[in-house]
Amino acid sequence: MAYLQLKQFRKQFGAVETIKGVDLSIEPGEFVVFVGPSGCGKSTLLRLIAGLETVTSGQLMLDGRDITHAPSSKRDLAMVFQSYALYPHMSVYENMSFALKLAKVSESEIREKVERAAKILNLTAYLQRTPKELSGGQRQRVAIGRAIVRSPKVFLFDEPLSNLDAALRGQTRVEIAKLHRELGATTIYVTHDQVEAMTLADRVVVLRDGKIEQVGTPLELYDKPANQFVAQFIGTPQMNVVAAAQMPQAAAAYGLPVAADGFIGLRPENLAVLPAGQGQLSGQVELVEALGAETLIYVSTDSGAQLVARQNSRSALSAGDRVGLQLQPETVHLFDAGGRVTRTGVAVAATH
Amino acid sequence: MNRFMPRALMAPAIGTLFLWMIVPLVMTLYFSAIRFNLMQPDVTGFAGLENFEYFITDASFWPAVMNTVLLLGSVIIITVVMGVGLALLIDAPFPGRGLVRVLLISPFFVMPTVNALLWKHMMMNPIYGVLAQVWQAFGAQPVDWLTDWPLLSVIIMISWQWLPFATLIFMTALQSLNREQLEAARMDGANYLQQLRYMVLPHLGRSVAVVVMIEMIFLISVFAEIFTTTSGGPGDASTNIAFLIFKQALLNFDAGVASAGALFAVVLANIAAIFLIRLVGKNLD
Amino acid sequence: MPTTTSSTLPTVETAPADILLAPRRFPLALVVRTLVAWLVTLLLFFPLGFLIATAFKTELQAIAVPTEWLFSPTLENFHEVQARSDYLLYATNSLITSVVSTVLGLMIAAPAAYSMAFFRSKRTRDILMWMLSTKMMPAVGALVPIYVLAQQSALLDTRTGLIIVFTLSNLPIMVWMLYSAFKDIPPEILEAARMDGATLWQEAYKVLLPLGMGGLASTGLLCLVLSWNEAFWSLNLSSAKAGTLATLIASYASPEGLFWAKLSAASLMAIAPIVVFGWFSQKQLVQGLTFGAVK
Repeated sequence: MAYLQLKQFRKQFGAVETIKGVDLSIEPGEFVVFVGPSGCGKSTLLRLIAGLETVTSGQLMLDGRDITHAPSSKRDLAMVFQSYALYPHMSVYENMSFALKLAKVSESEIREKVERAAKILNLTAYLQRTPKELSGGQRQRVAIGRAIVRSPKVFLFDEPLSNLDAALRGQTRVEIAKLHRELGATTIYVTHDQVEAMTLADRVVVLRDGKIEQVGTPLELYDKPANQFVAQFIGTPQMNVVAAAQMPQAAAAYGLPVAADGFIGLRPENLAVLPAGQGQLSGQVELVEALGAETLIYVSTDSGAQLVARQNSRSALSAGDRVGLQLQPETVHLFDAGGRVTRTGVAVAATH
Repeated sequence: MNRFMPRALMAPAIGTLFLWMIVPLVMTLYFSAIRFNLMQPDVTGFAGLENFEYFITDASFWPAVMNTVLLLGSVIIITVVMGVGLALLIDAPFPGRGLVRVLLISPFFVMPTVNALLWKHMMMNPIYGVLAQVWQAFGAQPVDWLTDWPLLSVIIMISWQWLPFATLIFMTALQSLNREQLEAARMDGANYLQQLRYMVLPHLGRSVAVVVMIEMIFLISVFAEIFTTTSGGPGDASTNIAFLIFKQALLNFDAGVASAGALFAVVLANIAAIFLIRLVGKNLD
Repeated sequence: MPTTTSSTLPTVETAPADILLAPRRFPLALVVRTLVAWLVTLLLFFPLGFLIATAFKTELQAIAVPTEWLFSPTLENFHEVQARSDYLLYATNSLITSVVSTVLGLMIAAPAAYSMAFFRSKRTRDILMWMLSTKMMPAVGALVPIYVLAQQSALLDTRTGLIIVFTLSNLPIMVWMLYSAFKDIPPEILEAARMDGATLWQEAYKVLLPLGMGGLASTGLLCLVLSWNEAFWSLNLSSAKAGTLATLIASYASPEGLFWAKLSAASLMAIAPIVVFGWFSQKQLVQGLTFGAVK
């Protein structure tokens, strides 16, 4: 029996079904990330678990207890909101102790718990301040602290980093990961950023249009995407997915068993850029992005396919140069016309 | 729990308002269909549409409707136009602005009866009133406001009282105007009047709608001022629907006709409400 | 690209962000604006100011033509008003009816506004509009039935009767104002309270109330003013025992004898509390008065 179990969750808003039958099992201590494009229903799913919305049908079990119809206040879940939702009229200390006060915990125990959480999050100096007097990053930590203090069964995070600037985002991501290691608490984390998903998750749940597309560890999703959507959602830059018709030479040259209306998927790091004339494909450089540690080369093939290649070395190429392209056939993913994967590529270590 | 709670919370308010609306309405309907004159308690019986006929054919009926509309329209126009002007004038800081604000909003808090008496005796009295003295100072014959221009006098009184309200709302609305928008307009070459026309006034559109709505709600049943000053007269020059009903009810003691009149007022109010809701309701959220 | 030399561009003064529409040539603009603003203000305040002044004159001075602008103030009028017509009774009635109807109104309106603001449904706006439309019917229309009802339930000339009527009259506006105020509160904060384990009552008391205090205050203030100034029902449903200050003033309205100074004094005594109250609370009042007119 999983720690947290969702059975056939369905949610309808009026005539629109936003969650279309979701089943999920989460183990204790797991860090699960819900990821997907906007409108896929990930936040709705989180709010259903939190009890802030009621399911139209389905069942939710937590640690053996059926909490499908329990009110939010009784589910023993803690949520960190995207906008932090701190109580503006209370100090940091009061914000963090609010839930415990409601649970009638003793003053001394409250103080102990709050101070411990504050120490972990470096908030000790700010305990008497009000949210107005804090920076965005500090407020975020208070929001997290408010959740930690309760030692809930499951932590729920709703896009906590999206309101932070880029530098702070990276930093806080690392802190959240460290926090999870220290506390070992079961966590559900919602984000649209697949980098956060890849780095923080034990398992990733990819959602689209209210349905789960695939569940797996980050690398599983990266190496073995179940369909085109997941393949292109995970990984930056995006996997090159090209209609088979646009790369006839590739299919022929490598004997790839791809249907005429199917698609070929190729990760940028599995595409090598060679001098013109070499390789199975030829094309023209559109753009070169030099990122320092790696270089991205955007190429437009002669048959009209737009590809991105990634290499670890600097490149002397510039827009307009003619080049040749070579791919490693065993790394290629093949999809049918409906986007389902028909052959998964094998991951190999980057050779260039 | 989640399903019932919202309804349960709203219930007291909706319930009491519903009763407040329905009970008088039903009773009024009943009274309007019977003969019910408080001076002639023995005269009873079904009157059918007699009361309505009587009310409409009363010579004062159409004038009263006209007056109601005129009153409403004039006050709204005056308060909105002057309100916007005043708000623009005092929007930017200047010495003594705080005190000016306080002084400007004072008329709003004055009791309508006091308001009426104030104007009747102090300002508009043709012999002792201040306005009379001003007129005389210019060598003109003082105007006997309440006798010669009764409706206008009432309009003046009520506008004076409601102007602060409109000004306050417009002042607050102006403060939320995005200054960057104006700076962009300045850079685009717009002068003061153009900024006004293309940016400020549209921004105020919403608050104008609200002011119009609120004033319609409160002014359609203006009563106290008319009661205290002109008593609807001379003749029916300053009688509005509300006062006409009052006359029937408490001066002629004919509750039946008064009730019929009340129903007309209800119809009138509902027409205005529908029109208003369509106009303003969109703006509200 | 060629750069223009700064000498060919007019000098641009940076105006403080607050000077909205002032032409750029100050301080002349400032002086003009100040003068005009003060002039208009004094003109508009004049009637009230005149009333205040007259209250302190003697009767002879009050009706003097041309108006005596300079005079030595006297308090004799106030004494006479109190002696003649027991100002305190009416004032107490005004106070009690206003305060109680305000509190009662808030208690009924707040839950409704809460439900409408945080549990919106398709019908929310229609309900709001309906509530407002009940206010549009002229009070006069309900005069006969309400009078008869009041008579039958022995509520004529009682404070209770007035309180009920005031509460119901102001309820639509109160719901609307509170609804606007509550809408400004981010719902996540209330959700956070729920997640923290708060029951509905705790959520309302510990989070909603502090955050909505401004809205509640301005709504209460407005209701207070409206009830205090309420004349129609006071005149018709009450007289000697439960009469409010409006009734008192009306009794001075009869044209027999022009006791202007006393009239002014009585008027001043009737309106002073609420006008002063309004002065002090105007900031708060305005915030709520926008009815969502201001985004």
